[in-house]
Amino acid sequence: MALYSKRRTLTLLAGAATLSLMAAACSSGSNSSSSDTSADNSRGPITYVQGKDNSDILAPTVAAWNKAHPNEKVTAKEQSDQADQQHDDLVQNFQAKSDAYDVVSVDVVWTAEFAAKGWLTPLKGDMALDTTGYLPATVKAATYNNTLFAAPVSSDGGILYYRKDLVPTPPTTIDDMWKDCAIAKKNNMDCYAGQFAKYEGLTVNATEWMNTFGGKVVDDSGKPVVDSPESLKGLTALVDGFKQGYIPKQALTYQEEQGRQSFEAGKLLFLRNWPYVYNLALTDASSKVKTKFAVAPLPGATAGNPGTSSLGGHSAAISAYSKHKATALDFLKFLTSEEQQKFNMEKGSLAPTRESLYSDASLVKTYPYLPTLLKSIQSAVPRPVTPFYPAVTTAIQDNSYAAISLATAPDQALKNMQAALTAAISGS
Amino acid sequence: MSAVAQGAPQTKPPKLRKSLNAGQGRLGLLLVVPTLVFLTVIIIYPLVWAIVLSFQKDAGLDKATGLFVEGGSAGFSNYTHWLLQRCGETSCPPGTLGSQFYSAFWVTIFFTVVSVTIEIILGMWFAIIMNKDFKGRALVRAAILIPWAIPTAVTAKLFYFILAYDGIANHLLGLVGIDPLLWTSDPWPAKFAIIIADVWKTTPFMALLILAGLQLIPSDVYEASQIDGASRWQTFTKITLPLVKVPLMVAVLFRTLDVLRIYDLPAILTGGAGGTTSLSMLVIKQIRAGFHSAAALSTIVFIIIAIVAWLFIQFGGAEVIQRPPGSKKKGKGDDDTTQATTAAAMVSNTSMGGGGA
Repeated sequence: MALYSKRRTLTLLAGAATLSLMAAACSSGSNSSSSDTSADNSRGPITYVQGKDNSDILAPTVAAWNKAHPNEKVTAKEQSDQADQQHDDLVQNFQAKSDAYDVVSVDVVWTAEFAAKGWLTPLKGDMALDTTGYLPATVKAATYNNTLFAAPVSSDGGILYYRKDLVPTPPTTIDDMWKDCAIAKKNNMDCYAGQFAKYEGLTVNATEWMNTFGGKVVDDSGKPVVDSPESLKGLTALVDGFKQGYIPKQALTYQEEQGRQSFEAGKLLFLRNWPYVYNLALTDASSKVKTKFAVAPLPGATAGNPGTSSLGGHSAAISAYSKHKATALDFLKFLTSEEQQKFNMEKGSLAPTRESLYSDASLVKTYPYLPTLLKSIQSAVPRPVTPFYPAVTTAIQDNSYAAISLATAPDQALKNMQAALTAAISGS
Repeated sequence: MSAVAQGAPQTKPPKLRKSLNAGQGRLGLLLVVPTLVFLTVIIIYPLVWAIVLSFQKDAGLDKATGLFVEGGSAGFSNYTHWLLQRCGETSCPPGTLGSQFYSAFWVTIFFTVVSVTIEIILGMWFAIIMNKDFKGRALVRAAILIPWAIPTAVTAKLFYFILAYDGIANHLLGLVGIDPLLWTSDPWPAKFAIIIADVWKTTPFMALLILAGLQLIPSDVYEASQIDGASRWQTFTKITLPLVKVPLMVAVLFRTLDVLRIYDLPAILTGGAGGTTSLSMLVIKQIRAGFHSAAALSTIVFIIIAIVAWLFIQFGGAEVIQRPPGSKKKGKGDDDTTQATTAAAMVSNTSMGGGGA
């Protein structure tokens, strides 16, 4: 018996030792803050990370760079095609203070969060980037706390797709668009749809409706100001669209693709979507509207003021843990150069962030929607630039969804949104 | 170790007993250490660390620099945030993750109760069919098992297309004159969309476990009941059900704990629309917004699951002891109890790791 209890003690001791070892290991792991922010002029091979490249432009881009810079080669890494997963992958690497990623592609809405965590290298001083010629909204979306943290690589804005065979002149105001719904009814089609399922697309769409009527989600200092008469007008107009049946009930389940499919099947008169739909509707074998559609700016609240789009797109930023920041900055400049952006547009339909390219004759010839898109992006309002974006977008999504699914009256939904945004931005 | 000690004297000559025991003890210790280390690394460390993290504040913003700073100790505030719905000084307004805790809790319980109940009934039925001898039994067994072999993410996408507004489900409803439903958006259809997909996918699992139990029932019991003139219903309630109870309880326990942690199916099928955000989905959403608070939430979820598992084990154990006496049966029953407990502990351990990590 004595022998046994002795052994038991031994076992316990061994277990306890293991435990304390573990504890020691993890505490030293979490306390070490040896983030090696080495000299900014260091050069060498770097890694560039972005979401899945669907249009085969990443490989030629990197090849072109590597040919010109044999000693500072770029290794490209593709993440998944899901934004949430890309976000989580970046967060894990940054939290580990890993130097595995030097240049990262960030969605416009992540910039503030990553910058506030200290994960991105500010683009100032030696690392400054000249932003003349960029569309202002794209620079604003890459700026946090008056400091630029990322270089705008591609942009995106909402445009209105319409059936030119049925509606000769596109509506410029929302009221006009609702009037045109009679045409849809006559042809047994749905009238209007955007992205109204409960996901990031709803934040984009609901914000657009509120911005179009002069409302704002947050003011310039980042304070929530959504509970305003202007925002209420915008949200009420959207809710009315659902109430009157101008927006079909099933639009509550639409993300980008469902709306596109309905439009291409000839079942929808007006569609708010991103520019990527243009080429698909033109070339898809299943598209029934190949020659029957055109694009226009989003309809506005009053004549003469087109609707306000939300801003999409990606920027490139330099990790704070990169060991070759000088090379990284050069690569950033290369990625955002005029030639590169033209290549991105030609080969991948990625809208440029440099204004001049929107009037480039050869591009406009291939992509006739570019002037419309330029207007959309020029008037675009970035979604709230806040480090608490995940909580902010939840506040907008949940409450606007409650309004458009007719569960909550628009005024109450806005009051709730204001309260939820306040809670979100205070960080609790 | 006790098994080794008991086994040794019976099989080895007494002379070698002492030295062998000492050697075995050391060997036993050596053999156990890797397991201890392994368990510590994959279960105890994440669990303890999650609890430690849950008592720290999420990083707050330093207004002057615009940078995040560590939040320091939080006391129980992360827990009151979820349980008492406190967001700072006020109660959580709609549209915050905090305000979704109770709806997520109840909808998860709802999924669990409804799905598992339907799965018990269907699973029992499938198992009885699979247990019968008939032509083409192999084919039926294979067909029943197919849904279980399909990954949940794929199942969710399949049902996403089936239940789309223009999908086949609404088309069929239209044939019988029912207006199309918004399966992935309206509150009640969305809840049942998830239950339908979950039942479709996991009933085979239930059926398989019950089938294993059914095959343990000796056929002479049935023969005896036939000679005594028992009806089919009597055979089912007096023989099949009591004898299959223990494996059934294990299956129910597995499934209950599984549904309590449900994530992938609602995340892909509805994205949480129509009030279908489950507790695990809430944890994942919160991780993106601040992981100390998420650690508190996952600890709460872990405690809920642990309580349910404990109730099941207590409840299951009590049932086994009340079974009719008889040395052979009793021995078997004890064996089953041990199995059930071990299985339950394994499942709840997995959920600890999952919740903590």
